[in-house]
Formats: sequence, structure tokens, C-alpha cells
Amino acid sequence: MQTVESKLVTAGDNRNKAVLELTVNNHPGVMSHICGLFSRRVYNMEGILCMPIDDGRLSRVWIRVTGNGQLEQIAKQLRKLEDVQTVRYHEAEHEVFVQLEDYFRVS
Amino acid sequence: MHKMNGAEVTIRLLERYGIDTIAGIPGGSNLPLYDALSQSGTIRHILARHEQGAGFMAQGMARATGRPAVCFATSGPGATNILTAIADAKLDSIPVICITGQVPQAMIGTDAFQEVDTYGMSIPITKHNFLVRSAKELLTVIPAAFRIATEGRPGPVLIDIPKDVQLESVEFENRPEILPKSILKNYTDEDLRQAAMMINAAERPVLYLGGGIMHSEASSAAINLAEKNALPTTMTLLGLGAMPIDHPLALTMLGMHAARYTNLVMEECDLLVVAGARFDDRATGKIAEFCPGAKVIHIDIDPGEVDKLRTAQVKLVGDVGAILEELLPLVETMKRDKWRARVATLKSEYPFVMPDADNPLMPYGLIRRIAEIVDDDAIIATDVGKHQMWVAQAYPFRRPRQLLTSGGLGTMGFGLPAAIGASLAWPARTVICFSGDGSILMNIQELATAVEQQVNLKVVVLNNTSLGLVRQQQDLFFGKRYFASEYRNHVDFVTIARGFGMQAIDLGESVDPVADLTAAIRREGPCLIHVPIARTEEVYPMVPPGAANIEMIGGEKNADC
Repeated sequence: MQTVESKLVTAGDNRNKAVLELTVNNHPGVMSHICGLFSRRVYNMEGILCMPIDDGRLSRVWIRVTGNGQLEQIAKQLRKLEDVQTVRYHEAEHEVFVQLEDYFRVS
Repeated sequence: MHKMNGAEVTIRLLERYGIDTIAGIPGGSNLPLYDALSQSGTIRHILARHEQGAGFMAQGMARATGRPAVCFATSGPGATNILTAIADAKLDSIPVICITGQVPQAMIGTDAFQEVDTYGMSIPITKHNFLVRSAKELLTVIPAAFRIATEGRPGPVLIDIPKDVQLESVEFENRPEILPKSILKNYTDEDLRQAAMMINAAERPVLYLGGGIMHSEASSAAINLAEKNALPTTMTLLGLGAMPIDHPLALTMLGMHAARYTNLVMEECDLLVVAGARFDDRATGKIAEFCPGAKVIHIDIDPGEVDKLRTAQVKLVGDVGAILEELLPLVETMKRDKWRARVATLKSEYPFVMPDADNPLMPYGLIRRIAEIVDDDAIIATDVGKHQMWVAQAYPFRRPRQLLTSGGLGTMGFGLPAAIGASLAWPARTVICFSGDGSILMNIQELATAVEQQVNLKVVVLNNTSLGLVRQQQDLFFGKRYFASEYRNHVDFVTIARGFGMQAIDLGESVDPVADLTAAIRREGPCLIHVPIARTEEVYPMVPPGAANIEMIGGEKNADC
């Protein structure tokens, strides 16, 4: 599993962030399903992290989005994906991304 | 203990799920599946002439019966060809299971002969898809595909099976069970009471039925609710037939090509009861100005449709038929004399105008005449274009699944293969396919399949030597600059049909068109009926794309169109 970031958060960008926490079946196509949903429905994904859990049977996916009123609709569409088992969302920044910010700076 | 290869597992499971007909085309990567299929005692194979045709035949079977249908294609071009039919099934929520061959796993990713990323390409156009990695996986994937295709909001599922998986031997003790479907119900009794209270309190309610009524077999429940509470009822393109169009409460289809009065009734309504519909832009026009004074009760199996485009005051997420039945005892018996009188007034002041309804050589007259020749059991398929809208406006649809049409994707080329599929599913019925000269050319090769199968299908080609709806938009919105919409080469469809071995008549050269039309439709077997139509015959009324539904062009009473 790999980390994909679709769009870096620019410095000083403090628009209201939200973070989605997903439990998904772990197989080679599941990231394509999730990223494809975001791009085809024009939902703004700022960052995505994915690592296997539960001995590789499942994966945990963290997605940072800019909260623009679409959060509930995004969660509904994610729940419709066959491989998505649970969707939780945090209507604020979450430490999982905050802790990573050191790794995402220009030089 | 059972021992067989992956291809045999697949075919045995399809038999187990009651599949009796598969449309498809063989190729290098699905030959093991075809070899196993050749040994099936219960499944017949329909050899299409293009994979898109096979996909639409499966759709025709599924749309006409409500049961899932299966189509086969090989890897590479076979898969890319069938994708349009799968995307079409996604947008109209049709349970189609598409099984594609793939190059052997060891060759995946090497740009092998006839290799494309079928899995990757089918993600956005399927409800779910699988790339099967072992024969053993098929024991869970095939049952899962049937569950997913039919559970909740139906939709297409694609299963990509590499050739080595088809050939791999697998042993198993027990045949897999048929998976139960989960029942989605996300509303409370209080939600139902609140919905009923709003219906009872409304002064100008409208019931708005979509394709979900067909999927849920909720037509009777919808009619019962409408009758008890005297709800004027409009239908979307895919909802046509949910309530008989000659029912006293029935309005016409709403939206871009609605009768004027229907869109005006919607404008005045104070409550929309939306059942199995999704506020498609062709139905709503400019969404911000759609039914501006109405509260909304939205009933749908798909939670993602509720509040997607229009906020609902009451959200009833679950099976539409079950919800309508639960609402029935809660709504009051009403007559709504004042509102129904207002609807009647709008209908008489802004009626649907059907020019030349008595002339079988004109669009409305032809459609009305055919409806008189066949009974309500007949299945009506259309292609996409002017003829489709004329049929939606003028054909008297009286039962669910009577009309098969590509609503969401609007795929030209849908009609002929979908009609063949419907005829294969209902061999005793007459199937009419209304098409245009633009649409029929997009899958005309399936005339060969129609003749080979001797389906009782009448293909009615309304030939206006143009891409009519494109030309109409150029006429209205692009300064009459007709570009790339008029065909300069006039195809002889009658000769072409005969070349395929099909009976054909040209109504344009007929001395007695009504007699010839009647005879052609009543004669068993496939037949093409060619009808020349003037390019200038337009579809009215028309709401300009992006405009509000009350901004209708044409179709006025007592006006020359």
C-alpha cells in the first residue's frame, strides 16, 4: 500500500478541514475505487493515507478534505462502495495529518 | 467433492442463478468460458455482432423482466466495446452482470495482445467490479455479483476473469449458497407519520414517480396512494408506465419535453412526493427554479440521492414499494376538488398538442397508430433522439416495463439490441423498436442477430436524414447553423434490412400505409418498417438546456409549429 497525495495543502491555508476515517477491504483495487469516487464526483481530496490493518485483511484509510458542505454527501457515496466497511468523519483537523506535515514541505 | 475448472464453476453458478440466456462474443481470452458454456444444458448463447450489442441485449432482458441478465466479452477490444452498455446500465440502475475474459495473470501489465485494464476502466461505470485472481475466488465472487447487482438500488457488476483462472482446477465440498439480499430501511414510524401529515396538509401536492417504481415493483402501491389522496401524478422518462397515462390522476412526463400543463402544475405545487426518482436535470430543468414553492418528501432506496440535488424535508430511505404501502393507511381519503380543478384548467389551457395525430406518415400519427395495432403486452423499445421523445410523449404507456429506453446515458444504438433482448425474454410478445436513421446505424449489425434468432421484432425507423435533436438545438440556439447534423448520403434501409435477410417495407412508397403497417406488425418474425420524416418535424414543447421548466418553446395550443 502506498501513500498518495492529490494536492498539497498550501502554507497558511486554514479553510475548515475535515478528516474521514475509513475501514476498507484490503485488495489491490480498493484505492482506485476511493480515489476514483473523489475525482469523478469532484470532491476535493487534499490528502490520503492508507495502511493495512488486521493482518492485512482490512485497510485503514485517512482522507483530508476541505469542508465545503459536501461532507455528508461524500460519506454517503463512500458507504455505497462495496469494499468500504465503515466511514467516520471528524469535522476538524486531525492529528494524523498534523503529525505528517513535517514531511510535506517545500525543501 | 466437486472438481472442475474456473470456467465450469462460472457456468454452473450462472445456471444455479437461473440464467437461461447469455449474449456475447467469444475471443482468445474467454474461450474456456465458451467451452464450458457449450456443455450447458440450460443456457443458450446468443451470438451478437458487436459486444455493445451483447451488452444491450442483456439490458433488454433485464429491463423487460426485472431479473439480472448476463453478457460475455473477451479481453481488450471486446471489453472496451461492451463498456458503453455497462455505463448505460449504471445510469439507469439495471442489473447486468458482465463477464469479461482477461489475458493470463502472468501477462497482466505487460501490454499483452488484447490486454486493457478492464478492471480500472470499469470502476466508474459499474456498481462494483472484480478482477478474479483464483478459481476458488469465483465461488464467492459470482454469488456476490448477483447479490450486488440486485440488492438495494440495482446496477451493473463486471467480473474480469484471466484466462489462467478460467483454466485453473478447483475442488470444493459444498456448492455456494445463494446469498440473501440485505434490506435497507433507514426511516422511523415518526418519519412516516410526518410524511403523511405533510401530504394531508398539502393543498397542491404532486406525486413524482421515477424508474425506482419499476425496480421496486411499486406501481400498484403508487397508484393506490395517488387514488386515496387524489394526488396528481407525473412520471419521469423511466417512470412512464408506473401509472397508466390515461388514468384520471396522471399528468404527462415532466421536464424538457413535457406537456406544457405538466410543467405548469409542477410550478404551482406546494408538496412534491418523489418516489424512486433522482431529480435528473432533463426532468427538473434548472434545479434552483424547479417547483419553487414545494416542500419535498423524498422516497428512495439510495441514501446518496436524498439531499444530493434538492433538500428534502422528509427523507424516507428504503424500498419504495414498502414505504408507499406503509404510507397508505396514514394518508386521508381526499378528493382535492379545488387542486384537481386547477390542474384540469391548466390542462385545457396548455394541453399537449399532437399535430397530425391521424396521419400514419407523421411522427405522432405513426406512434398512435402502432399503439392501436398492438396491445399493452407489447414491449416498446426506443433508440435516442427525436423519435424517443415523440414516443415518450405520444405512446399510451399503461404498465411498468412496457417502455425500454436509455434515459440517463442517452445512448444512440440502445434500441435494436435492447429490443432483441426483450424479445428473447418474452418470445410470445410483439416487440416494437422505434429508432431513427442516426441511432439505427450505431448498432445496425444486430439486424443479423435478430434474423438469426427470428425474434418477433418490428424495427420502425423514423428517417429524417439527420441527427434530429442536434439539428433542432442548432435551429433554436445556434442561429440555424446546421453543422454536422444533416446526412448527405441517404441510406437505403429497406435494401440493407433485406441484405440481412429481414423483411422490410417502406411506408413512404406505400399506397395504403395503414394496411401495410398493420400487416407488417401482425406478421410473425423480424421486420423493418421505414418511414421518411421531414427534417423540420421538431419535438415540442422544449425547455432550453439549463433553463427553468416554465421557459418552454413551442407546442402552444392553436399554434402552427
